[in-house]
Amino acid sequence: MKVTFPHMGNLWICLNAMLQYLGVETVVPPPSTKKTLSLGSKHSPEFSCMPFKLNLGNFMEASELGADTIIMAGGCGPCRFGYYAQVEHEILCDLGYNYKLVVLEPPEKHISQLLSRIKYITGNRSWFEVIRGIRFGFAKSRAVDDLEIMAMKLRPREKSPGHTDTALTEALKLIAETRRPEHLQESQNNSAEIMKSIPTESRQVLKVGLVGEIYTLLEPFANMDIERKLGRLGVEVDRSIYLSQWVNDHLFMGLVKGLRSSSLYQRCSAPYLRHFVGGHGQETLGGAVYYNNAGFDGVIQILPFTCMPEIVAQSVLPSFSQDTGMPVMTLIVDEQSGEAGLMTRLEAFVDLLAENRDRKKELA
Amino acid sequence: MIGFLGIDVGSVSTNLVYINEDGKVRESIYLRTNGRPIAALQRGLQEMTELLPPKTVIRGVGATGSGRHLAGIIAGADVVKNEITSHAVAASRVVPGVRTVLEIGGQDSKIIILRDGIVADFAMNTVCAAGTGSFLDQQAARLNIPIEKFGDLSLKSSSPVRIAGRCAVFAESDMIHKQQMGYDMPDILAGLCEALVRNYLNNVGKGKDISGTVVFQGGVAANQGMKAAFERALNIEVIIPPHFGVMGAVGASMLARDHVARGVPTRFKGFGAAESDFRAGSFECDGCPNMCEVVEIRKDGSVIARWGDRCGKWSTRMDRRKISS
Repeated sequence: MKVTFPHMGNLWICLNAMLQYLGVETVVPPPSTKKTLSLGSKHSPEFSCMPFKLNLGNFMEASELGADTIIMAGGCGPCRFGYYAQVEHEILCDLGYNYKLVVLEPPEKHISQLLSRIKYITGNRSWFEVIRGIRFGFAKSRAVDDLEIMAMKLRPREKSPGHTDTALTEALKLIAETRRPEHLQESQNNSAEIMKSIPTESRQVLKVGLVGEIYTLLEPFANMDIERKLGRLGVEVDRSIYLSQWVNDHLFMGLVKGLRSSSLYQRCSAPYLRHFVGGHGQETLGGAVYYNNAGFDGVIQILPFTCMPEIVAQSVLPSFSQDTGMPVMTLIVDEQSGEAGLMTRLEAFVDLLAENRDRKKELA
Repeated sequence: MIGFLGIDVGSVSTNLVYINEDGKVRESIYLRTNGRPIAALQRGLQEMTELLPPKTVIRGVGATGSGRHLAGIIAGADVVKNEITSHAVAASRVVPGVRTVLEIGGQDSKIIILRDGIVADFAMNTVCAAGTGSFLDQQAARLNIPIEKFGDLSLKSSSPVRIAGRCAVFAESDMIHKQQMGYDMPDILAGLCEALVRNYLNNVGKGKDISGTVVFQGGVAANQGMKAAFERALNIEVIIPPHFGVMGAVGASMLARDHVARGVPTRFKGFGAAESDFRAGSFECDGCPNMCEVVEIRKDGSVIARWGDRCGKWSTRMDRRKISS
């Protein structure tokens, strides 16, 4: 059995850690590229969203490397993502791929449901080992998030452009290559050192919160490196969803305390949206409110074209913006998106935020 | 005479303006880009030298439009600014107190909401180009009507025909259908304008707080029929500024003027740029499966700029834009 899984930002680092720890052979798909997207788009329904197309492309590319089993998250609720694993599997079957499929659905009642699905993959390893494996994967997701948060703060302040990204790649590699839980702390220390060694200068920066659909937030290929682009424009970024937080909320049912969680955003969204609308629609509004309270300069919503939950959120955001005066911009991405258009919008939005701030200062 | 140059290299047109020290537009040039931005820009610079008196000193240059980086490199611009900010700056200086800018160009359309002279919100067309100049251009050609007469003809309409404006292709079939039904040409043209305005307001203008003073600019503002259709739909008077077709370039020149006012020297390479041999080439990078198409600009044989790569391996390192504090 050679197990593969779809890419979503640095998710592969955690999944790979967990599976390898448990002695499962894995195939990490090649990073998502234009080739992945064209492969996926060719065989996907036109109106499925971009994450669907990239998943499919990932599986096709992983198959070339010998993968024969897919692990994929499932879900339930108004977002179509719940069906993606099954539909993608059907498409792969039609194309003649011979994949087995294991869907990790969020546990409906109790965490043991998730564990039993994992057990299918891990065979006859002890529960103790399985739980240690999951904890190892989760610990890595937190390590990865810590590094990304550091990078988002460093980018607008780095002395030579691009330095942070080189360092981040190196630091992430250290975390990814750690094979044993007992070595993780050391790798974390070393990777933090790498990040701290980036020469910076103190500058006034703008702060922008990214909200929206999880896949397009977490996968730099899907959002055309928006964090990096904003960093280069002198903007410090935060996003409403991080990997560790998502794993905790959706797979551990919030078992780990002390992390920012979707329940916080759900509380924040109360003045505008008091109901679950599928996907992360409610969190998008909650995130916007959260960033407004936290004194951010602006909010950018990112969603894949045809994403229903985010369309609901998008139509509520203008009233939030009117009430609070917080500038909000929505970016829709799909396989047709052009980079030039994105750059124009980002530059104009950053101009708007800078002018806003200068104006506030004059009044103060 | 001392003044400033604004350059807007767009998908359809390349515009140059020259403003004097007081910010008054003295000369403006509107050229078709024809898919060859470098040639258009060089021709523009050439024409500008002929228009300007011999002793003119260019104190600053601003570039904007989708080809702004290209223009910035070739002419040596002091400010390279996106077209949204440029249009907003131009509108707010030319028409003080403006609160809404409707801008429809060759292949894009945008709306800019200003409050107290600064941009509060904006949007650009994303997945559809049905309401832009290229579409009107095509339809005018299909109906054998010179684009310049399109607007005046549509104003003769007494009852505009309703045309499906959701999609340019369907709008065209609907128009053909209405022609075959025997409707009057002015009524069809006016109906087309209304359909485009509807499309614009429902897509680009969705959720935006459109209030007066409203300015309508971009090449399509030449069409009086569009102005009338906007006024009917919004029930607000729509102002078309004198240099409506070149407002992006006007904004860029004003930004250049602000920039050099701090005492920095200009980076303008002189009108000689019109004679140098600039060549744009591209190659596909084979470093990873992204296969980015890297664009390369050569001046007299040597590379002066590269861009188009995702990873930054080829692109010349652009200066970090300092946010003025």
